[in-house]
Amino acid sequence: MAVKKFAIACYDDEAPLFDAVHKVRHSGYKLHDVYTPFPVHGLDTAMGLKETDLHIAGFIFGITGTSTALGFMSWIFTSDWPINYGGKPFFSLPAMIPITFELTVMFAAVGMVLTYCYLNQIMPGVKKHVFHPRQSDDLFVVVIEVTEGTDEAELMNFLNETKPVETDVQIAEEGWWYGRFDQEENYSKQFAS
Amino acid sequence: MTDRFEVPSGLKKTGLALLAIGIITIIAGAICFLGKHEEAGLTRFWLGLAQNSIFFLFMAITSVFIQAAAALAQGGWIVAYKRVPEAIGANVWVFGLIVLIILFSIVFGLGDHNPIYHWVHPDGDKVIEGKSTFLNKGMFVGFSIAAVGLWSFFGRKFRSMSLAQQSAPKNSTKLYWKTITIAGAFMVVYGLTMMSTTPWLWIMSIDAHWYSTLFSWHVFAGAFVSGMAMILLWTIYLKNQGNLILMNKEHTHDLGKFMFAFSIFWTYTWFAQYMLIWYANIPEETVYYNTRQNGAYSFPFYLNLVVNFVGPILILMSRPSKRNYFTVVFMALIIIFGQWLNLYLLTYPGPTGNNWHISWYEMGIFAGFAGLMILTVSRTLAKEDLIPHNHILLKEAVVHLS
Repeated sequence: MAVKKFAIACYDDEAPLFDAVHKVRHSGYKLHDVYTPFPVHGLDTAMGLKETDLHIAGFIFGITGTSTALGFMSWIFTSDWPINYGGKPFFSLPAMIPITFELTVMFAAVGMVLTYCYLNQIMPGVKKHVFHPRQSDDLFVVVIEVTEGTDEAELMNFLNETKPVETDVQIAEEGWWYGRFDQEENYSKQFAS
Repeated sequence: MTDRFEVPSGLKKTGLALLAIGIITIIAGAICFLGKHEEAGLTRFWLGLAQNSIFFLFMAITSVFIQAAAALAQGGWIVAYKRVPEAIGANVWVFGLIVLIILFSIVFGLGDHNPIYHWVHPDGDKVIEGKSTFLNKGMFVGFSIAAVGLWSFFGRKFRSMSLAQQSAPKNSTKLYWKTITIAGAFMVVYGLTMMSTTPWLWIMSIDAHWYSTLFSWHVFAGAFVSGMAMILLWTIYLKNQGNLILMNKEHTHDLGKFMFAFSIFWTYTWFAQYMLIWYANIPEETVYYNTRQNGAYSFPFYLNLVVNFVGPILILMSRPSKRNYFTVVFMALIIIFGQWLNLYLLTYPGPTGNNWHISWYEMGIFAGFAGLMILTVSRTLAKEDLIPHNHILLKEAVVHLS
């Protein structure tokens, strides 16, 4: 986790937002993230995000569920506690299929929810810096990292050319922390001093 | 913007060649199997014709079903390649007529002892005589003619309504709502034929002692998968010819999803039917699976599950494979073969006993019907522009994201 300096630009519509994102990527500035009030179609491709690996995780979780169910049930019914159910063989595959299916679905679902939370850094109690209070209301917020080699004045000029409704420079915690929102103020003070 | 398809001479020659192979196979089959006056040969001759003709009719009727389902759901995604299912649906009558001729020949033309449909002459079999209120010649003829007649009517109706929309006033929704009403009526017909009575009478009555309430759903699921696979083959063929300019990978992805999802649904119905019979273990029910799973048919029995379940679930699961033209075409061919094998296992084991063949006769007739499908559908496709001009969901279809 690191405290860094960020330049933000806020837009009130999708069209200037896409325009700005294209320009930022073209110019070579380091795009930190874009915050929008609702999912914007095509923004992930415009930002150059790679496709999520969540479905691969889902497949692995599902396969784990399948093998857990099949392995556990065959161990129980053949060696641990064999019981004769209506003359059926101890290892009865058709009877195990429904439970295998359910466990596959459950492992995949629970595992993907947890993986999703991990990838997006969301959990009860996990806090992240809010760049603009209206970023979940009616503003589209583009956040650019001001790295060591970035000329801040040049960047602000560049952002103002994209016609934002508001611009700002903030020093903020990049990642997440556990606890309260006001704890981040301490980080900022440390950084400033 | 126009998008006319002209039948290439290569396709026409292929279709004619396949049709010729089919006709030669039937003649050769008649000489080989009917000449000896043996029951085994007679059974094989007629079952080969019945199984293949029913298979192709079911694939064709799926195109009418998917149009009706998309109309009721007001789906715009199908509009980009709407002419393909329309062209297949408009030719349902050809295959329906052939099925009626073959099935009625089996019911009426095989004399006093019917090796395929035992219920035609029960010969004192008490179980079959108990079912004679439903399983009799009158019911069979009535339901078959009604089913094929209504399917052919709706197949042609959907196409004519879609073509009439082209000359309708711009942005007129009159025909759009009419299509939805007709689609609702078709769904009722489809539920009472394809999803219940038709598979009972045509296929399940081959094993007249046995019955399953899930049977028609199982047959429907298989027909739906293979029908979607055939639509996909046609669309990709047309794209390779430079036609269907509005169609892109998003639409291919949709068809791939249908093939994937309904392969799983097919397995679900297969297993639901199998597991209940396995669990209850009642001899009059297990005899059906006993002839298939243990003994002569065990190889096609397990191959059927591998081809129709393991293949699609592993190969079509990932997103890139559903958007890759090679993978989807390969899987469509695999699924069509798999569902053909499934129908083989539903029809053959009862009458032929342990003496089963999949050789020149079965494959030749399949080739004949494939040729007929190629000739009729390409002829219908070439008649009209492939873009459904003036359809009110056309824009939605073009910007569609899967």
